[in-house]
Amino acid sequence: MSYIYESYDVVVVGAGHAGCEAALASARLSLKTILFTISMDSVAMMPCNPNIGGTSKGHLVREIDALGGEMGVNIDKTYIQSKMLNVSKGPAVHSLRAQADKQEYSKSMRNVLENTPNLILKQAEVTEILAQDRKITGVKTYSGAIYPCKAVILCTGTYLNARCIYGETVNATGPNGLKAANYLTDSLKSLGIEMYRFKTGTPARIDSRSIDFSKMEEQFGDETVVPFSFTTNPEDIKKEQISCWLTYTNENTHEIIRANIGRSPLFSGDIKGTGPRYCPSIEDKVVKFADKDRHQVFIEPEGLYTNEMYIAGMSSSLPEDVQYQMYRSVPGLENAQIVRNAYAIEYDCINPLQLKASLEFKVIDGLFSGGQFNGSSGYEEAAAQGLIAGINAAMKVLNKEPLIIDRSEAYIGVLIDDLVTKETHEPYRMMTSRAEYRLLLRQDNADIRLTKKGYEVGLISEERYQKLIQKEDEINSEMIRLENTVVGANKEVQELLQQNQSSLLNTATTLAELIRRPELTYEMLEKIDIKRRKLSADIIEQVNINIKYDGYIKRQLRQVDQFKKLENKIIPEELDYMAVPSLRIEARQKLIKFKPLSIGQASRISGVSPADVSVLLIYLTQYNYQKSKEKV
Amino acid sequence: MTTDTIAAIATGLSNAGIGIVRISGDDAFSIIDSIYKPKSGNKILSKENSHTLHYGYIVEEGQMIDEVMVAIMKAPRTYTRENTIEINCHGGIVVVRKVLETVLKHGARIAEPGEFTKRAFLNGRIDLSQAEAVCDIIHAKNELMLKNSLNQLRGTVLELIKDLRMRILRDIAYIEAALDDPEHISLEGFDKELSEHVQEESAVIDQLLTESRNGKIIKEGIKTVIVGKPNAGKSSLLNSLVGDERAIVTDIAGTTRDTLEETINLNGIILNIIDTAGIRDTKDVIEKIGVEKALKNAMDADLIIYVLDSSTNLDENDEVILNLVQNKKTILLLNKSDLEQQISYEDILKKTSHKVISISIKENTGLKELEKAIKEMFFEGELSFNEDIYITNERQRESFMSALESLKLVNGSIDAGMPEDFYSIDLMNAYESLGKVIGENIEDDLVNMIFKEFCMGK
Repeated sequence: MSYIYESYDVVVVGAGHAGCEAALASARLSLKTILFTISMDSVAMMPCNPNIGGTSKGHLVREIDALGGEMGVNIDKTYIQSKMLNVSKGPAVHSLRAQADKQEYSKSMRNVLENTPNLILKQAEVTEILAQDRKITGVKTYSGAIYPCKAVILCTGTYLNARCIYGETVNATGPNGLKAANYLTDSLKSLGIEMYRFKTGTPARIDSRSIDFSKMEEQFGDETVVPFSFTTNPEDIKKEQISCWLTYTNENTHEIIRANIGRSPLFSGDIKGTGPRYCPSIEDKVVKFADKDRHQVFIEPEGLYTNEMYIAGMSSSLPEDVQYQMYRSVPGLENAQIVRNAYAIEYDCINPLQLKASLEFKVIDGLFSGGQFNGSSGYEEAAAQGLIAGINAAMKVLNKEPLIIDRSEAYIGVLIDDLVTKETHEPYRMMTSRAEYRLLLRQDNADIRLTKKGYEVGLISEERYQKLIQKEDEINSEMIRLENTVVGANKEVQELLQQNQSSLLNTATTLAELIRRPELTYEMLEKIDIKRRKLSADIIEQVNINIKYDGYIKRQLRQVDQFKKLENKIIPEELDYMAVPSLRIEARQKLIKFKPLSIGQASRISGVSPADVSVLLIYLTQYNYQKSKEKV
Repeated sequence: MTTDTIAAIATGLSNAGIGIVRISGDDAFSIIDSIYKPKSGNKILSKENSHTLHYGYIVEEGQMIDEVMVAIMKAPRTYTRENTIEINCHGGIVVVRKVLETVLKHGARIAEPGEFTKRAFLNGRIDLSQAEAVCDIIHAKNELMLKNSLNQLRGTVLELIKDLRMRILRDIAYIEAALDDPEHISLEGFDKELSEHVQEESAVIDQLLTESRNGKIIKEGIKTVIVGKPNAGKSSLLNSLVGDERAIVTDIAGTTRDTLEETINLNGIILNIIDTAGIRDTKDVIEKIGVEKALKNAMDADLIIYVLDSSTNLDENDEVILNLVQNKKTILLLNKSDLEQQISYEDILKKTSHKVISISIKENTGLKELEKAIKEMFFEGELSFNEDIYITNERQRESFMSALESLKLVNGSIDAGMPEDFYSIDLMNAYESLGKVIGENIEDDLVNMIFKEFCMGK
């Protein structure tokens, strides 16, 4: 028996990292929101690695924070180790990563959700999406309850028709033995949504008491912790940090894997789903990098509450007996007790080309989605999409313009643009190389790039916004001061230069010019910069980077100008591609299917050639000219 | 739309006669005011009436560059519907270039190929039906255009550029891969390797630049094919157009067994003239190859000049040729008008709708008419021109230069010990600049390429 329950503005399906951000964004924008989860004990669960951030993913978290999302704040509260990666490289690739206490992370997020006004949590399985005339009307749960609503955000993660597999062992469950969701896929298919089947995997967890850490290298956290959130005061989160450990596989390990590879469901054909190329299992690595005699293995604590250690770098779907042999061949793991087996998981997700850049389905009004359901992988990728989907579902209900972030503005923009434009047939992972303009998209300036947008949407408070404005002013005036402060070739200056192995001055120069020297920094010049005011570390960082890399930044900005030219050529939604002469059939079909927002986006659709783009450009110029004439 | 001011040489690369520098855009008048000096008095062109012609000098830093006639045309009654200036220069191509450079120095930008026409289009001077016709030819023409612009770069040069781009891309990919997978891909010592690569690549581009300066790279014009039966006078026609004894001319039919190609400049219109073997049914194997080649050439010609020997009767070979040229832009020449006529002008008019001219190459009569006919076809838009040689040259030079500049910056970054991730910014710029040279870059550029189809200097 079905019956009608209470109405909501926004329904969020799934309380993983995408669902939590989506629900919080929607509720914080004052919309009556309900968040469904299959188990209240798995809210914001981290079923795979016990860390947040890392190369390029750290950027995503800081961007989420700059827009008013929760992930950064939550990891700041619950981290047990923090590290800035790639510090020997340029500032564009510095990336934050923090080890989390998994249970604390989950509990803390649940606490925030439960105490957010306008937000209700509900343990129930959503089995049906209700729509009329291709417009969302509500959802139905397994018990038959109907929740009428204006927008739905699907964040089902890896739960749809999930199967967990290692060797010949198959469990029809979601991650960690949690119940799979076996009905929603059919409902979506009946709405005409195209589904994919992907797979991903996780390594074993091993009891720390069975590990010999003396055979491993200790990996410490940073002494000075940089918080993820721009709102967190670093002083407030200082704590004693827990170490991780590094060890390596060896030829013996690889031999064991090779000898048993036929029993891997990936190679035997039992797994049909496509896995992530960039997050490979140890089997994949042994096959792909056959010439490498070892691979890194990081041993990471799952939390303070447990002895379980996560064996990063060795995800696998080999049978249990092989897993024992394999892990025990690694130095320090000779006596390893496996608490949880490694496994691969297969699940249903969508072809994300069905989405607009707002993450709303093109064909169903009011249906949004985010996270692994959209074909991505990773907590951070999920959270980023969840946030954008949550904001845009709210904007939709409020009858406002969606928030769309482009490739030149944020990794979030790159992530979403790639998902909805480029055809991918494997779980999408964020990577540094995917961002063309990464010198501008640094983790250190995410607030400057995005907080204004978060403010305009309504997720950033007036106070926080004013602080940002003030920060920008301070950065700018300090930069101007440095560009205009001249220092002569006097004794003090020459001494300082000599101390820092910098060539001596022949004539006077500006402080900014000195900062541009590779061997010098803003901080080093303190002695000869008499009028310097005391500034906070984050302002100094911006001033230093902006001046030091000025030339590169300018050149990258020019590349962005080029990009924007095509991006700003908007294709009117009503444009009839059938009326455009000379388009090739394939291009016409793709364009009709994808309805790109701009010429720029059209040019990134595979199957649309430069010649097609030019035809379109010509037609559009003509079309717009005619339109403007009609108006006059 | 941008309203910056553009300029280009509107005439072809000719060593003789008049060269025109055309300027279009908001600043056209302020630019001409700052470089034009009247013969006497202090005439200021922006104060003069539209559509008038003025005698004077182009002067730069007190130095006279050329004696000129300047046509001034004020918006909107101009081809582009913008302020337009045409400077008629007299001193040959070197001076014309110098005048252009002066104009550029005073704030104009070098026009992209076809940009004048593009502006005419954007400003509504050309109507929709014309533009749609453009759209229709894009796909047919675009491929061809691309091919043509690629052909301009002689095969080896094209391969060189492609290879350069591949090498740069490989280095970019390596850096990116190492950033994403530092465990498996090491950048240890890579800067040294990259520095060597960049130096090699720069040397190649330097070489290309030198060659393009000599004008070796680009050679393109209206593909004009001379066809006819053996001994109709095709080679003589080519020789008289070119002005030297390039083709072997004998009285023996079938002497031109292969094709000969020459570039001539007909008052600014560049013709790539191809002389072909006489078309006839033949058993001679080598001659047969020549005939087949002639037919193939004729098929993809922009313009066919069909030479008939009016002193002999029409036969089945003529029928074949008449059929061949039926749907092509063609001019028929009734040669040997000095001899006794077997075919009359009237006879041939009944057989074709093409223009027919009676000439005698030997007596040097009728050639002026031929030139006039070609010019008319060209200016009435019947013949289109693939490239403005000078502009293309300039554009490619600009792209080469900026690629070179970007590579220099990469080297600078390496020397300064910058982290590897900085290299890719300038490597990418170099890659894209080279892409522009061979037309593998989408940007607004492709649109401009379409418009460059119209005609030279417009």
